[in-house]
Amino acid sequence: MTTSPAGRGGTAAPARRETFSSRKLFILSAIGSAVGLGNIWRFPYIAYENGGGAFLIPYLVALLCAGIPLLFLDYSIGHRFRGSAPLAYRRLHRAAEPIGWWQVLICFVIAIYYAAIIAWAAMYTWFSLTKAWGDDAQGFFSNDFLHTADQAGLSFDFVSKVFFPMLAVWIVVIVIMVAGVNKGISRANAVFLPLLVVMFVVLVVQALFLDGAMVGLNAFFTPDWSALANPGVWAAAFGHIFFSLSVAFGIMVTYSSYLKRKTDLTGSGMVVAFANSGFELLAGIGVFAALGFMSVASGTAVDEVASGGIGLAFVAFPTIVSEAPFGAVLGVLFFGSLVFAGLTSLVSILEVIVAAFQDKLGWSRKGATLVVTIPIALISLILFPTTTGLQLLDTSDAFVNQFGILACALVAVIVISAGLGSLPRLQQHLNKSSTIKLGAGWRILVGGIVPVVLGYLLINEVQTKSTEQYSGYPAWFNGVFGWGMAGALIVGALLLSLIPWSEKSKLKDPEYEEFNAAAELEGDIDNNKKEVEA
Amino acid sequence: MTPAAITMMIIALLTVWGGLGLALWNLARHPEDEEQLPEEMPHEL
Repeated sequence: MTTSPAGRGGTAAPARRETFSSRKLFILSAIGSAVGLGNIWRFPYIAYENGGGAFLIPYLVALLCAGIPLLFLDYSIGHRFRGSAPLAYRRLHRAAEPIGWWQVLICFVIAIYYAAIIAWAAMYTWFSLTKAWGDDAQGFFSNDFLHTADQAGLSFDFVSKVFFPMLAVWIVVIVIMVAGVNKGISRANAVFLPLLVVMFVVLVVQALFLDGAMVGLNAFFTPDWSALANPGVWAAAFGHIFFSLSVAFGIMVTYSSYLKRKTDLTGSGMVVAFANSGFELLAGIGVFAALGFMSVASGTAVDEVASGGIGLAFVAFPTIVSEAPFGAVLGVLFFGSLVFAGLTSLVSILEVIVAAFQDKLGWSRKGATLVVTIPIALISLILFPTTTGLQLLDTSDAFVNQFGILACALVAVIVISAGLGSLPRLQQHLNKSSTIKLGAGWRILVGGIVPVVLGYLLINEVQTKSTEQYSGYPAWFNGVFGWGMAGALIVGALLLSLIPWSEKSKLKDPEYEEFNAAAELEGDIDNNKKEVEA
Repeated sequence: MTPAAITMMIIALLTVWGGLGLALWNLARHPEDEEQLPEEMPHEL
């Protein structure tokens, strides 16, 4: 890029940080971020696999003991330190800045493959009209649509049916991002989220009227109480809640930094958390009603047709669309929902990156957005609309989730609680203007229970992924795009932290200094101040 | 559907959507008031 937006600040008064114009728009945007592909294609299968109706108990325990407390932690950091992830962590403590950059790099990896899935879903919305997959949805997806190579690797054989929809996805999100927090992100969520909910409700009603819907719901809700004695089921519940709520990878820190000074943080967080869970419960009902139809139509048991992830969306669902009455409508609603759920999440993921560079370099919104998003779009368009895109997506998704998000979250909670002892201060900030007051229980959950659970999940993952090759891919492939990528994120985060904050950066922001001085007057003083000054 | 499945479905819907309803109700009781947020003592949930 030859443009140099660095000069745009000039001598004019520094721009005020953008804020969501209302609490409602923040809540809509935060729900739009939390409700993503995982709510639709991950939750139903995870719940079914881990005790069906009985899964509700570990799920609710995980939501209340880990998900919501972590969500509040993110809100407190973003809102108290009013910055993108690196700036907010830097203001918390100088040494914590790499955690923010680690989160930014995690979002970078997710963004480049997330756009591919949205593009596939967009194409399948179109394919639903003609049921283009015929009677072989699996073969159509792998061969006719993606032209997937036999061997995982890095190919540059482009697939035009994926490339152009991906390009369109990138253009749409870049336009939204350039428009900023209020004119772009808020408006997009105010349109896409209600649309998603309406489409999904219609889909669920249609699915419930299919023959066999009750068979599916019966399988989904029948409790297997013995599952509660299995630690793996509890780990699955905590793992799912953790990924579902979009916590601990910078999104909620960034969004809450755009909130007005006095906002009901915990009250808003409760709405976001329960709306996210409410949506995925709805998804479970819709997906299993449809799978019940499939099992009755094919004369097989529900457990043989049940699946999650890409298999559910691009193999099982097309099969249902082909056989169900008004299948085309069902297909358009399902894949359209995936597109809208994905778009609102992708926007929030990109905002983490854009805001970070905007803060560190002090650039204008437009300049920072274009300089950040265009290269990301190019990398995404080079790597994923190819014959090896599916395998690359599979490996990078699995490794960035476990050794990116999960590992980073573990480090963050340990640093914030035991390392810096900042929880009392953040608790005080949350309680200052929130309706639901937090007590010592919140500190115990965030500083004690959450690190133990995250540590257990991470150790399990390290053991699993180091004893067998993920998805049976070659060792070099998982080594480079899995382990190597995850390691590179940490190294990259440390290097980005070494780049000094320029004079134009938001580190020296009069607006924040005034806010900070007011907070200090109210007794919210950095507990590490003496040590930092020394 | 078996009685056990129906019971679990109802409990799940009541807890999750009930939780959402309560959260929305709590928020509606405390409307956003620009720069002057809650003057009265906040309520415990």
